Amino acid sequence: MTALEIKDLDVWFGHAHDRVDAVKGANLSVMQGESFGLVGESGSGKSTILRAITGLAPQWSGTIEVEGQALSGAKRDRAFFRTVQMVFQDPYASLHPRHTVDQVLSETLHLHGLDNIDKRVAGLLDDVGLGQRFRFRYPHQLSGGQRQRVAIARALAGEPDILLLDEPTSALDVSVQAEVLNLLADLRTKHGLTYLMVSHDLPVIAHMCDQLAVMRNGEIVEVMSSETLRMGNPKHEYSQELLRASVAPQ
Amino acid sequence: MSLLDIEDLWVHFPTRQGVFDAVRGVSFSLRRERLGIVGESGSGKSMTGRAILRLIRKPGIVEAGHINLEGRDLLKLSEREMREVRGKQISMVMQDPKFSLNPVVTVGEQLMEAYLQHNSGSKSRARKMAIEMLENVSIRDAARVMRTYPHEVSGGMGQRIMIAMMLIPNPKILIADEPTSALDVSVQRQVLNIMDGLVKERGMGLIFISHDLNLVSEFCDRVLIMYSGRIVEVCEANKLHQAQHPYTQGLLNSLPRLDDTRTHLSVLTRDPSWSKAPSVRG
Repeated sequence: MTALEIKDLDVWFGHAHDRVDAVKGANLSVMQGESFGLVGESGSGKSTILRAITGLAPQWSGTIEVEGQALSGAKRDRAFFRTVQMVFQDPYASLHPRHTVDQVLSETLHLHGLDNIDKRVAGLLDDVGLGQRFRFRYPHQLSGGQRQRVAIARALAGEPDILLLDEPTSALDVSVQAEVLNLLADLRTKHGLTYLMVSHDLPVIAHMCDQLAVMRNGEIVEVMSSETLRMGNPKHEYSQELLRASVAPQ
Repeated sequence: MSLLDIEDLWVHFPTRQGVFDAVRGVSFSLRRERLGIVGESGSGKSMTGRAILRLIRKPGIVEAGHINLEGRDLLKLSEREMREVRGKQISMVMQDPKFSLNPVVTVGEQLMEAYLQHNSGSKSRARKMAIEMLENVSIRDAARVMRTYPHEVSGGMGQRIMIAMMLIPNPKILIADEPTSALDVSVQRQVLNIMDGLVKERGMGLIFISHDLNLVSEFCDRVLIMYSGRIVEVCEANKLHQAQHPYTQGLLNSLPRLDDTRTHLSVLTRDPSWSKAPSVRG
């Protein structure tokens, strides 16, 4: 089954002469349980695709289908957010500074219309490897990696099928990055999740994803398997260039 | 003969919970070479760079046996003499050009100011130097770039402008603190190659502070690895992958690599003895 299908997606910002075409004619399809990567430089439109899916980039045309359901406009209903959730790049900015971990998670669970909130909060914290002693802490009492774990727990609160990951580890140290990537891999196996992950880091994408799309100037220039990337056989000239830039000559 | 020699450098920050030591007794010397300092956030690498230029803000305190720049102890200089050292002798490139360039002054004026600050000369001479320097950092169309404001240039170009500005007074040492972390991978190498070329050509000393082990091993001669305010290991940059210290090995192993297909990355387990061991001399 296809979890996510995108056809001829255009996303733009501004009007008339100010118009910027951030994504141009993007096509991709992600099977259920698959992990799909989007790579490219800043401004290539990779995050914009995620934002269009979640309704954060309201001006788009084309087709976006989530589990067979076509989306329209910028409004998303409750059922959508029970299916799709997003984890943002910067855990420092995406958590409310004056809400405890408990408040963040309980409120999210409440918004999803779930019961048994107390038990679920405890379950979520265990899921992301934080444990109960972090439950009543504020974001400033957590390290960057712990904050990203809270953000992941929040995304998992509604028991979604699909996670959109926007550079989830690029603000973290490499040792912490390893922990968060391991956690994401475990969660995917445990809950049978589908990932659409954006990163500028080719080794991270190759590690996490089965397939990936390379983007430049709003266009997808190539879709390939991670295997192809690992073997160093991308077809498109630009993908090869990116690959050369991210592998240190030994 | 070393350009810079640092002995037993400490940076303290008094807090309500007691004194926090960001840098704890670091000693190293810099020759005309490219010296990398790597470590995670909070390891004290940036504080070490800033302490050399005495840029630690109050209430932070810098203490050291000495910080000798060609035999002259920077800690004994007055603030006024120190201003002569900054830029002219040692200059610094910071992480994000967005925050280090003045947003309301054109690139050209900022470059000319950097020249006139340390050289007596006419404005037209400063202008000529500025354009020449922009061309040195591979900016085509330098005359046009001179007229632009910082928000009109890309991140990569902004960082090249910063490098140009820092090199105009012809310093002996350049401290680059994560100069390319805000840039895309493809631009990163380009900017580093330019910086590398200029540093070699002028026979300068470079202190390259970064969290990126691969980048450092590629662009430096020697690497200091810092952990909780101390140097835990010093090695030749091209032998970084044979590093001995468990912390360095742990950092290297936690990186995902294209040539291996582990399902799980190795996680660094920190040993409390690492922060207790005395600092290694670099």
